[in-house]
This record gives sequence, structure tokens and C-alpha cells, in this order.
Amino acid sequence: MAITVKRVGRPVPESSYLKATLQGMGRTLKYMFEPKITIEYPEQRWELSPRWRGTHRMLTKEDGKARCVACGLCPSICPSNCIKLVPGEDENGNRYPLVFEIDEFRCIFCGYCQEVCPEDAIHVGQHYENAEYSREGHVYDLERLMAQTHPVSTLWDATDPKGE
Amino acid sequence: MPLHPLLQIVDPQAPITGYTTFIIFSIIKLVIVFTVYMVAAALLTLAERKISAWMQGRRGPNRVGGRGGWLQPAADGIKNFMKEETEPGNASQPLFSMAPALSFIPAMIVWSVIPFASPLPTRWGRVDLVVADLPIGFLFILAIASLGVYGVVLAGWASNNKYSFLGGLRSSAQMVSYEVALGMSTIPVILLAGNVTMSQIIRQQSHSMWNVFNLTVAFLIFFVASLAEANRVPFDLPEAESELVAGYHTEYSAMKFSLFFIAEYANIVTASAFMATLFLGGWDIPFTGWDNAAPFTVLKTLLTLGCFLTKTGFFIFVFIWIRWTVPRFRYDQLMSLGWRVMIPVALGYIVLIAATLLVLQAIGIQPGPMHSVILLAENICALLLFFVLIDEGRIISPAYRRAREQRILRLRGRSTLPPATEGVGK
Repeated sequence: MAITVKRVGRPVPESSYLKATLQGMGRTLKYMFEPKITIEYPEQRWELSPRWRGTHRMLTKEDGKARCVACGLCPSICPSNCIKLVPGEDENGNRYPLVFEIDEFRCIFCGYCQEVCPEDAIHVGQHYENAEYSREGHVYDLERLMAQTHPVSTLWDATDPKGE
Repeated sequence: MPLHPLLQIVDPQAPITGYTTFIIFSIIKLVIVFTVYMVAAALLTLAERKISAWMQGRRGPNRVGGRGGWLQPAADGIKNFMKEETEPGNASQPLFSMAPALSFIPAMIVWSVIPFASPLPTRWGRVDLVVADLPIGFLFILAIASLGVYGVVLAGWASNNKYSFLGGLRSSAQMVSYEVALGMSTIPVILLAGNVTMSQIIRQQSHSMWNVFNLTVAFLIFFVASLAEANRVPFDLPEAESELVAGYHTEYSAMKFSLFFIAEYANIVTASAFMATLFLGGWDIPFTGWDNAAPFTVLKTLLTLGCFLTKTGFFIFVFIWIRWTVPRFRYDQLMSLGWRVMIPVALGYIVLIAATLLVLQAIGIQPGPMHSVILLAENICALLLFFVLIDEGRIISPAYRRAREQRILRLRGRSTLPPATEGVGK
């Protein structure tokens, strides 16, 4: 079948500038008295979606240690290569992270690390205020990741696509 | 022995006679007008930001001076005084420094001949509330207002910057073009008033009908031309920020820039007051005659002052309103509007009004209600003609809208449209 092209009603110069301008002025006047949509940021906050992917957070076990078992899945899936993980092993043969750093400056907040984590340890969270004075400040180490308190993201669920 | 003129008790309804009294009152009026004018220009910067915000669904400045942001102009002023002043290399220094003042002063001088309230009776005599009621008031305004272009042109030229230069060039072309229409649109006003003194023009309007009804077409032309003279959107090509950085004031910083900024708002205030005076009866309170008849009282003065401020404020609002509604014209649109529409229409309107006045005089209709009604009817006809016949894609070309089906058919030389086919992407 041949490709059909949508026929557009082409505008032609037959309009009155004055009438169009008066219409436009009526519209701006109407907007002037409508409620304002500004969220005054420092005082008012925007309500984040439960699926918001922001600053990372490392969840902990009951004994206060990180849940991470240093399996190495998150650094290998990370598309922006922002997770640095050096695994260690204690005398019982349990693996734990010696170094676990996330560079929030490089992170693209795709949420793959949370999705891939078998231990439910690393999460992206509902938080976005990451301003720092230096680039180094954006590198979050394990303590800092564990110290975050914001709610974690509930990622998109394939079985419940609309989040109901 | 005659008393000192300031100690003399005279009839409050009689005009001031003494020379000393005249000078003292003139100085007092000067100071008051200057102060109010400057404060108004400063507050206008806030008004513009607030109104623009409201029209865009925002709140506008609300950090300095409470929720209304009332101290924002003061904060801006302090900031501009504190800022470093930069001088472009190879700039023509004297002209570069002079240009901001040149664009600001003419706008302010014009105010001296605009009457802002009915005469105030005092124990030294009746004080006319206008700084100087010049007998040539109206011509004076036209002469001084046309000086405003020098500030812009010199700023553009002295900056040694191509963007500034283009802005100055545009502004000279624009102002020269629209000055003609501005001047010619006011000739019917003079024809009707038979006088060029501002107070006489107001008196004539308060005795018959406001000129906005008697001379509607002249009012519209004057309004558009004063938009252009004040460099306001849609005529802000001299500073067209999307193409010329900031146009003629690109190289200006700190308080020099601020002066240009104030000059823009000063021009708006002046143009609004001028329009209110010429076409809306100045300080005349509508539908009543008592406010412009003797004896004058303080109450009358206050009421007429309020009336004048309301009218001026209304025009100021319209100026801001238009700025946040209409996009800027293209250069050719600007020129063709000025030369091909405004000037011929203004010329034709002068002929029309002059002929009408002559005919009315010949058949013996004196200025009065009947006279005004005839003029009003004539204006309604002229406006209808203008809107229906002339303004269809001709005033500003191209003013587009989606074509009517009939027109498409005519263009295609068919009688029916082929059945609409669905687009690929749909």
C-alpha cells in the first residue's frame, strides 16, 4: 500500500492582526486572574513520585552493618561506571565491601543498581538536593550512603505498570 | 505701603499675580512632580515584573519587602549603585556618558506641560496644577519627545559595538517613521480644540465629549505610535534581545544601564499621561460638569487628581499588558506598518475630520451634543471600514490563521475536498 501523507490545512494570510491581538490580550488578562502554579521552593516542596530515582541509600541489617555482600553486580551493570567496589572477606567467609563509593555526579539515576541487587542493599531514593562545593563532595562513601534517611524508590514493576 | 506679596490675602479663585508667588509655587510643583514621577518610574519596574508574572501564571518578586515585593525597586537601585561600571574599549567617552541622560531627560521635561488636576485655591490665589501651562504646550511636547531618539542613537553609536550600533540604527529609523504618524494623529485634536494649550484641550473635551469618542481613529494611531516611540513591545526592535543581545544598551552597566531602564518607564508614564490628556479628557471627571467649573475647592483638586492618575495608570497597564501578549515585529513589518498604514490613515483622517468640521460649521451645528454624536457616528463607520476592509492580512503581513474550507476549495479550483486521509504516524 502506498504511503499516505497527512493533509494539513495550510494557514493563509487572511486573518486580521487587530482581532488576533485583541483575542490574545483577552487570554493574557484571563491568565492574570487565574491561580498561580508556582511552588515556592525553599518553603514549599514538590511531592515526589514514589518511583522517583534520586540520591542513593544503602540499607542496613539488624546489627547496623550494610546489607551489601560485595557480589559486584551493581558496578558491572552501572552504565555510567560510577560505583567503585572493593570486596573483602571476614574470617567466617562472609563477603563485605571494603570500599563502596558512588559518584553521584556521574550517576545517571537509572536505578539498575537497585534492580540488580540480590540482597536489597543499594537503593535509589526519593531525594534530589545534592549540591556540593566540590566534585569530590559528590562521591558518597559507604558510611554516607548508610546515613541517608530518605524513603527509597519503588521502581517500576512490570507486573503493575501503572503503580496501582 | 504695599504688603509683601506672600503676606497679601487675595481671592483664592483669582489667578496668581505676584512674581515671587509664581516662582515659589512653580518650584514647589516642580519638586512634587519630579519626586512622584521618579517614584512612579521605579515602582513601574516592579509593576511590570508583577504583571508579567501574573500573566504567565507565576507570582513575581516576593522576597524583598513582604509578599508584594514592594522594596524590589529599592533593592535593584542599591545593587546598580554598587555594581562595577565597565567601559568598552575605543568608546567615545563623552557621548557614552551623555547618552543615558539624553534618553531620560526629554521624557521628564514633557511632564512640565501636562496638567494633572483642577486648579487649587490657596490664600495666595488660584494655583494651576501644571508646572508650566505653556501657550504652545502641545508643540513643545512634540518637539521635546522627538529628542528622545538621540539618547538611543548616541548610545548605540558611542558604544563601539556592532549590536549596539544596529540597535541605534533601528531605533532612529523607527522613531523617525512613527514620529510622523504621531504628530499627524494629533492634528485632529488641535482642529477640534482650536488651540494647542494643554489646558484648553482639556477644557474643550470636558465641554463636549472626550476625544477618544470624537476622534477614535486618531486615538488608535496615536496609541500605536507612542508604543513605538517608547520602544515597547511589539516595537522594541532597538533592543531586540533575541537578535541584538540588548541592542543599544549592550555595553552599559551599573547605574548608566539603570538610567536607560528608568528612561524606558519614564517614557511609558509620559506617553500614558499624554494620551490621557489628549484623548481621555485629562483630569476631567466623566459625566459631570461640576469638576471643571468655578469655584474650585481642595476636594475637587483631589478628585480630579485621582481621576487623572486612574486614566494614566490604565494606559500604563495597557502598555505592560501588550508587552506580555504580542511578539516583536519583524523589521519589514515595522516599516510597512509605519509608512504604508499609519501615515496614510492619519493623513486621510485629518482630511476627513477637517471636512466634517467644515460641513458642520456650514450647516450651522455648533460644538455640543449633536456635534459630538455626528463625529462619533463617523468614527464608528471609519473603524468598521478599517477592521473589515483594510485589516485582513494587510496591516501586519503575514497574520496567519487556518484557512476556511471555502477558501481552500477556491484556491484549488475544486468544488469539494477529497476525503481526508489518515497520516502515517497516526
